[in-house]
Amino acid sequence: MSSHKPTVAVHKFSSCDGCQLSILNMEDELLDLASAIDIAYFLEATRAEKPGPYDIAIVEGSITTPHEMERIKEIRSESKTLVALGTCATAGGIQALRNFANADDLASIVYAHPDYLHFLKTATPISEHVSVDLELWGCPVNKAQVIEVIVALLNHRKPNIPPYSVCMECKQRGTICVLVDKGIPCLGPATQAGCGAICPANGRGCYGCFGPYREGNPKSLSTTLQNIERYPGETARLFRGISGYAPSFRKTADAISANVKEAK
Amino acid sequence: MTTIEVPALARVEGEGGLFIKLENGRAVEIRLDIYEPPRFFEGFLRGRFLQEVPDITARICGICPVAYQMSSAFALENALGIKISPRVRALRRLMYCGEHIESHALHIYMLQAPDLLGKQSALELAAVAPDIVKNALRLKKIGNEILKVIGGRSVHPVNVCVGGFYSWPDTASLKALLPDLEWGLNAAIDSVKWAVTLPYPDLEIDYEFVALHHPEEYAVVEGEVWSSKGNKVSIADYETRYIEEHVKHSNALHGRTADGNTYLVGPLARLNLNHEQLLPAAQKALKDSGIKLPLKNPYKSLIARAIELVQFYEEAIELVKAYQPDGPAHVELKLKAGEGAGATEAPRGLLYHRYEIDENGLVQFAKITPPTAQNLPRIEADLFALAPKIVKMPEAEATLTAEHLVRAYDPCISCATHFLKLKVEEK
Repeated sequence: MSSHKPTVAVHKFSSCDGCQLSILNMEDELLDLASAIDIAYFLEATRAEKPGPYDIAIVEGSITTPHEMERIKEIRSESKTLVALGTCATAGGIQALRNFANADDLASIVYAHPDYLHFLKTATPISEHVSVDLELWGCPVNKAQVIEVIVALLNHRKPNIPPYSVCMECKQRGTICVLVDKGIPCLGPATQAGCGAICPANGRGCYGCFGPYREGNPKSLSTTLQNIERYPGETARLFRGISGYAPSFRKTADAISANVKEAK
Repeated sequence: MTTIEVPALARVEGEGGLFIKLENGRAVEIRLDIYEPPRFFEGFLRGRFLQEVPDITARICGICPVAYQMSSAFALENALGIKISPRVRALRRLMYCGEHIESHALHIYMLQAPDLLGKQSALELAAVAPDIVKNALRLKKIGNEILKVIGGRSVHPVNVCVGGFYSWPDTASLKALLPDLEWGLNAAIDSVKWAVTLPYPDLEIDYEFVALHHPEEYAVVEGEVWSSKGNKVSIADYETRYIEEHVKHSNALHGRTADGNTYLVGPLARLNLNHEQLLPAAQKALKDSGIKLPLKNPYKSLIARAIELVQFYEEAIELVKAYQPDGPAHVELKLKAGEGAGATEAPRGLLYHRYEIDENGLVQFAKITPPTAQNLPRIEADLFALAPKIVKMPEAEATLTAEHLVRAYDPCISCATHFLKLKVEEK
């Protein structure tokens, strides 16, 4: 790194603010972090704004409006490294459930005059609009992983993000498998690690908020889960949740729906 | 003629802008522009299974996910006719203490205080007053720790379910928080002493305050909806008095009372209506502060938050000491068709949910009224009241004073956007 402190900009798109809050939630590290980088734009934290270009842009949220489509292109053009932070930015997030419905119908449920709204029919990840240098999943992201990403970028190395599934984290913390032992539907075998396997540790199944595990086999898992459903359609709903627009989860849920239709 | 324009408000949750047009010393136009994109939660909740609802509504807000989980759970339990056990109720109150603590510490020190101390951010404040910011971060962290022990993580915790909790949190891990909580209680008392010394702009508004009220405790999870005008309705009857109106000029749904008045929810409303239910240390902090109630200055909601910080630390200590997991952590659900409402006090004020479910437990209808949607007409009305004062100020100061007013409300724009229309300037 040259003499100047790297400039970092934090941008919000359609989201709950929880992932950028994970930065403010670094209570033990925030002041050290703020001395190592130059926070040039971070609206949730400061009124001060410095113009681009920026060394690092951290982007939270998914693209859901025409204006956001334009804004992400501007941000890309003024940023050396662009990090997509959280499941909205990497897979569309919870609001991508609109992608499986008619967005106009949803709007008319909530708003009296949907014609006043400017929104896209789909909520899509940042990578569908611009090139993304690094993706960090999670709803919300794990703040230790956020720190690891920032430290890695400052030191020009690859971040060390665990490449395994939630199952491995259950093993690490000694949680007995809720799927095998209790017959609770769990997406853990098909979901990326990073959360610390907190759902099984609390006696419930994983609902996939860290997105698909690259080597996972969601199709095979869905067959297992369909045999132990606690209510009709549980497996399809599990896959069609917070990470539902991620390609492998999307295909799995689509296949289940297609089979159900065929069976009828 | 002057125009004050803040295209993007900083240090608020979500995305909004502010536009004020002044003419001859008064405001002729005020717009709180909400460009936070709509996400249609009430739309895609339809057809989801009721046990998925707390996990979905949590995603409305990263700062107050527990509030959404709690209001959803209570509403759906009412729809099923379920009563949670006293131990589960106590744990819900403890969890809520964690959220109020982290949210209030964040707002007091990182979102609002920089305005009172002439700084752009808490990070800038840390350069001149590192101890204040370090204590603030520790105050906030302890709230997050409560959430982590009970819910696995502080943002979108995973342990709340309809019927109770998926599992009891570990007793030793909760008790281990006590030394930090004791520290936090003292630091919160100091926060009140510090808060009363800050230079608040003068502004007194004759609000109608609205909050949950409970005769035996500082209401957070259950109670009646009380108004400072004397009105009392049950949570089930909330919609008979508190309605959302489609305001033509603003293209926004605004919260109003049935007789057409604006009203205020949040820490000022709670403190003014429920101060008699504060626990002893919070009572003492209020008394020692010399504050006279009702507190009517919106900027001084920071003081109300600080007093509540004492309250929630004190309550957390009580609940952690009494914590003794026993019996089932949740009631087994028996599905039936039904309708139920639930309301709890989120950090920013009353949060109301209502659901209709079918016999399979699938959501047929969802209505969510967040605190900021209820406060929005008040924020605009306050800005009108402020206009004669700021018109005499230099532009930068006028802008900051107006911005500060909006920030003092701690608006949660992501939450409110399910209801607010994007505003279009009328030509």
